[in-house]
Amino acid sequence: MKALCWVGTNKLSVERIPDPEILNPHDAIVRVGLSSVCGSDLHLLDGYVPTMREGDVIGHEFMGEVVEVGPALKKMKRGDRVVVGSVVACGGCWFCDTGQYSLCDNGNAHAAVAEKALGYPPAGIFGYSHAFGGYSGSHAQYIRVPFAETGSFIIPDGVRDESALFCSDAFPTGFMAADMCGIEPGDIVAVWGAGGVGQMAMQSAYLLGASRVIAIDRFPERLALARQHARAETLNYEEVDVLEALKEMTGGRGPDRCIDAVGMEAHTPGAEHYYDLVKQQLRIETDRPAVLRQAIMACRKGGTLSIVGVYGGLIDKFPMGVAMNKGLTFRMGQMHAQKYIPRLLDYVQAGAVDPAYMLTHRWPLERGPEGYDMFKHKTDKCVRVAFQP
Amino acid sequence: MAATKRSSRAATSAGYHPRTPATGTSHVNVGPAERVVSALAGAALAYAGAQRKSKAGGVALAALGTSLALRGATGVCPVNGLFGRNSATRQPAPIEIKETFTVYRDLSQVYGYWRRFENLPTFMEHLESVEELDERRSHWVARIPGGLGTVAWDSEITRDEPNRLIAYQSLPGSQVDQSGEVRFRQAEGNKGTELQVVLHYRAPLGKLGKGVAKLLNPALAELIRSDIRRFKMMMETGEVPTIEGQPSGRGHDQG
Ligand SMILES: NC(=O)c1ccc[n+]([C@@H]2O[C@H](COP(=O)([O-])OP(=O)(O)OC[C@H]3O[C@@H](n4cnc5c(N)ncnc54)[C@H](O)[C@@H]3O)[C@@H](O)[C@H]2O)c1
Ligand SMILES: [Zn+2]
Ligand SMILES: [Zn+2]
Repeated sequence: MKALCWVGTNKLSVERIPDPEILNPHDAIVRVGLSSVCGSDLHLLDGYVPTMREGDVIGHEFMGEVVEVGPALKKMKRGDRVVVGSVVACGGCWFCDTGQYSLCDNGNAHAAVAEKALGYPPAGIFGYSHAFGGYSGSHAQYIRVPFAETGSFIIPDGVRDESALFCSDAFPTGFMAADMCGIEPGDIVAVWGAGGVGQMAMQSAYLLGASRVIAIDRFPERLALARQHARAETLNYEEVDVLEALKEMTGGRGPDRCIDAVGMEAHTPGAEHYYDLVKQQLRIETDRPAVLRQAIMACRKGGTLSIVGVYGGLIDKFPMGVAMNKGLTFRMGQMHAQKYIPRLLDYVQAGAVDPAYMLTHRWPLERGPEGYDMFKHKTDKCVRVAFQP
Repeated sequence: MAATKRSSRAATSAGYHPRTPATGTSHVNVGPAERVVSALAGAALAYAGAQRKSKAGGVALAALGTSLALRGATGVCPVNGLFGRNSATRQPAPIEIKETFTVYRDLSQVYGYWRRFENLPTFMEHLESVEELDERRSHWVARIPGGLGTVAWDSEITRDEPNRLIAYQSLPGSQVDQSGEVRFRQAEGNKGTELQVVLHYRAPLGKLGKGVAKLLNPALAELIRSDIRRFKMMMETGEVPTIEGQPSGRGHDQG
């Protein structure tokens, strides 16, 4: 089959590789219908996630059709049209049982490696390095899905492929970001990053009762989408002083809840960017935490910081004193796909949210490397490109 | 807290009485316990070496691993011979491996599955088979990694408290000197069963032995740890997650 492989930092190539087979009793094989890029892939591409190996198939946000089911699966059958969560979780451990799927004890095929790096191993993630299990990803014609009945969800009739696709990763991540905020009536929620994850966080904040949502980014087309589809007020951080603007927009209090939907490769105008970039490239600091710093400064006293932008290692100049003395609450994590997907499919089916607008480009897999180049540099107004293998 | 107590006890040998292991033929200068440990750790090191990116370090590790594995398989250590040392005839201090996991299953289920030693090879990759001879005695066969053969020994249960503790020890005159203690306890807050496994292996004597033991301990411990993790995974899901055999740009993955 055809697959998009990581071959080195900023190098991808479309290869012919063998078809996947059932390896474990709870596996299924899915013929991929649509497979999307995600901001997390950029961290792999840019070389910030260790334990990638040449030849790894990337991609983790996908939907498709079941073509083969393992002997231990009871409900799943060939022909099912499914969306699959990007997290590989077992469904049988304490973490899964309590809805914390991305912390699953048994979903990571390389638990020992992850344990060395993190102390305790998190769940697996498709196509996301060997520390997260080394599972072959979804930018391929077929994919093996371990613990398939835990991770796959039937797409309701009437829901289009491109509407279901983002229930795999971007929507549950954005939803969890809003969920972790603990939104109360009257809350103003500020969201840094108007990419796929940020867009979904904004809409989810309203679903969970926010009064107002403010989006922060620098790409006008993304901010326009945030206004149109997510009823957000928008700030372009290249045009205004974000801290001053937020203060003004919130009666001097600051936003009640702040969501970081950017992560470790944040961009900032000015000296701070170069300070972090140099440190990151010297590996003195692995992550550029500009958004994190800004959100801590911006947040209302006693407010909540919800972090779904991915961080990988160490950060520098972290205003802990501000966070402590302002009494902030921090919530964070990789998202628990399996916990949220059924509820999100309901929203989509009911027409409350239709994430399909984020699919700005639908391309054949052969254009994978070009697609990532476009997504990385945000050219051609790309929000997400999905491949149709 | 209880764990610290147990380990210090083991270190002073108060609760552990090593027996003189049986030696094989007269030219064997590596004790059987050391042999098994060498073989297992050798394989682990060779694997770690092969995975290493840095060439020089990786090759050195792999070479050390292979020589330890050979030494384990043949019972002949050229270094011991050279220095006139013979760790086969003296009483070394045991090395201790302690691993703790919580298994999200009922106490009786976890204890019951472990208590049937014949189940152990289904998740302990370094074991080929365990045969229960009667209520207390069992016959163990362990694989020497790298396809270099097997070692076997007989073991006897010394304590068995249902849902609490299983302790066992190799019989006098066995090819391998090993003992194990497995404790079970209900975890707080419905989190399942806490499982603690403490294994003792005899380590070689002398300065060289000390160095080797230091080297062996983490490698062997890692092997045992992944074996016990597999037990947890089998109990909680009925399978052990793998990527061995999946396709990638490298062909089929090895794991
Ligand atoms: N926690 C999870 O489970 C999970 C899942 C999916 C994605 N993520 C993470 O979420 C983040 C966003 O993913 P995405 O797919 O939306 O990525 P994306 O690249 O499409 O969007 C990121 C956006 O952040 C903006 N940005 C950069 N610096 C900024 C700054 N200083 N202030 C405000 N905005 C800034 C960029 O302009 C861009 O629009 C990534 O870090 C990704 O790894 C996490
Ligand atoms: Zn993602
Ligand atoms: Zn689990």
